[in-house]
Amino acid sequence: MTALPHDPAPPRARRTRKTLTPWLFLAPGMAMFLIYVLIPIVQSVWVSFHDWDGLGQMRWIGLANYSELWWDDAFYTSLKNNVIWLVLYMLAVPAGLMIALFLNQTVRGIRIYKSLFFFPFVISQVVVGLIFSWFYAPGFGLLYAMIEWLTGRGVAILAEEDYVTYGIIAAGLWPQIAYCMILYLTGLNAVAPDQIEAARLDGAKGWRMLWHVVLPQLRPATFIAVVMTVIGALRSFDLVSIMTSGGPFGSSRVLSYYMYEQALSEYGYRMGYGAAIAVVLFGIMMIFISGFIWKMWRDEKGL
Amino acid sequence: MFPRPVQSMSPAARTMYQVALPVMLILWLLPLLGVAATSVRPSSDLAQGNYFGMPSRLAFENYLDVFRNSPMGSYLWNSLRTTIPVMIGAVALSCLTGFALAVYRFRFSMLVFFMFVAGNFVPFQILMVPVRDLTVSLGLYNTITGLALFHIAFQTGFCTLFMRNFIKALPRELIEAARVEGVTEWQIFWHIVLPLVRPAIAALSVLVFTFIWNDYFWAMVLTQGAGTQPVTAGLNSLNGQWIAAWHLVSAGSILAAMPPVLMFFLMQRHFIAGLTLGAVK
Repeated sequence: MTALPHDPAPPRARRTRKTLTPWLFLAPGMAMFLIYVLIPIVQSVWVSFHDWDGLGQMRWIGLANYSELWWDDAFYTSLKNNVIWLVLYMLAVPAGLMIALFLNQTVRGIRIYKSLFFFPFVISQVVVGLIFSWFYAPGFGLLYAMIEWLTGRGVAILAEEDYVTYGIIAAGLWPQIAYCMILYLTGLNAVAPDQIEAARLDGAKGWRMLWHVVLPQLRPATFIAVVMTVIGALRSFDLVSIMTSGGPFGSSRVLSYYMYEQALSEYGYRMGYGAAIAVVLFGIMMIFISGFIWKMWRDEKGL
Repeated sequence: MFPRPVQSMSPAARTMYQVALPVMLILWLLPLLGVAATSVRPSSDLAQGNYFGMPSRLAFENYLDVFRNSPMGSYLWNSLRTTIPVMIGAVALSCLTGFALAVYRFRFSMLVFFMFVAGNFVPFQILMVPVRDLTVSLGLYNTITGLALFHIAFQTGFCTLFMRNFIKALPRELIEAARVEGVTEWQIFWHIVLPLVRPAIAALSVLVFTFIWNDYFWAMVLTQGAGTQPVTAGLNSLNGQWIAAWHLVSAGSILAAMPPVLMFFLMQRHFIAGLTLGAVK
């Protein structure tokens, strides 16, 4: 057989085929993504302007769901908790860096240590939630017993309105720190050794070295760690649902959980109101997502 | 290397590091070790208040009891039935989309790419009502198929980002050379690119396995009951039923955590390569 170096089709057909080819490759994946992800976002916004129990007729009520949110104390509790999550979750970034620095050695068995430290991230949040509930359990939980031994009075973290959110966040930090750690361990692998040596010759060490020489080179890792931590904090749902179901008295609710509660629980099937909460959460997250996309866009153009 | 290698420090510092490693690890995994110990504690120990001491004997029958007294077997099976098809589906779709976005220059390619990336980060709650509604109207509510279809679609976002970046890093000359030879685009995809992206396929498969196995939210929204619920949702309902049976809840937790942990240890290199994509420039 003789290989044809040129396409025998007429130029016009060839051009059409060329523009069509990428779309053919994209079609199945894009169709799925449109149906299950992109269109539902628009639909949710639409639903948020309605009064709907999920079964019967949807009734247009304009902005009524949003104005109800404006006066809803539970909404502000959830929002406040989301802010607490966001701020405290950020601790995962420096904590992950610390553990990564601690483990960034070449001694015997260090690879196994690294994987074991990473363990909490691989486990389901449901399991993490159960583990920590047991850790906090009044009467016999290890933490409860320790506090009782120290102060003479045990504290049931998950039953106290003032502590409950912090207790859940601590559980969430556990896997999140492990994740940041693995990002930094990979980043540290790529730090240029000659720069470190040069800085050492100039007398830099410890904190100064970390701050001026190492951290600037870890910027890609830090960026991803911060983005994923923000998104993780705002998405937090599993732990709240497993550990407290939003209680006691709704004091540990976050927006994602409050939405679920309004739309799909024994409290009623208020799809429209739930959708309005989801739209607010989505709006908050879009600030961060757009920032991320904007940076990616700049990086792509730089290529 | 930073920090300074311990080998270059004083012997005392070196010994201290060797001691600190296991101590830190035990502290770090303390909650998990507690659960592992409880999972083999006989219930009589719990009744006598022996929660933290040595178990009076190793009660492996707790693991059997979990299967005997609860639909744990069915929950685990449901998780597997959901996870494997999603793994295959999402990776297959994203090989195609990743190839299209990495190899061709066409109008709106950036827009499509960023659509996948952004969609991957949205909060699940904004999708919940419509996706549940769609699943109900397709007659797929409370079926494995309904749950798997959503997961395939959603995971395609992350997988496309990953595949596209991986394929983009391949040498372009390979593809150009094949085109000059007159090889069709599909053959380029199938015979040239796919064999080269095998490491990426491995990395994505482990990651998707872990993500889907550990999913809880969609399991709660799209399924109910032991016939279809995966192990995460099942564990939650068991926790409600076995209020004081911590030895059983612990055994169930360990069982639920095992498959992704095994997956991670078997495919560690791929797993970490997948997660840290982009963390090194």
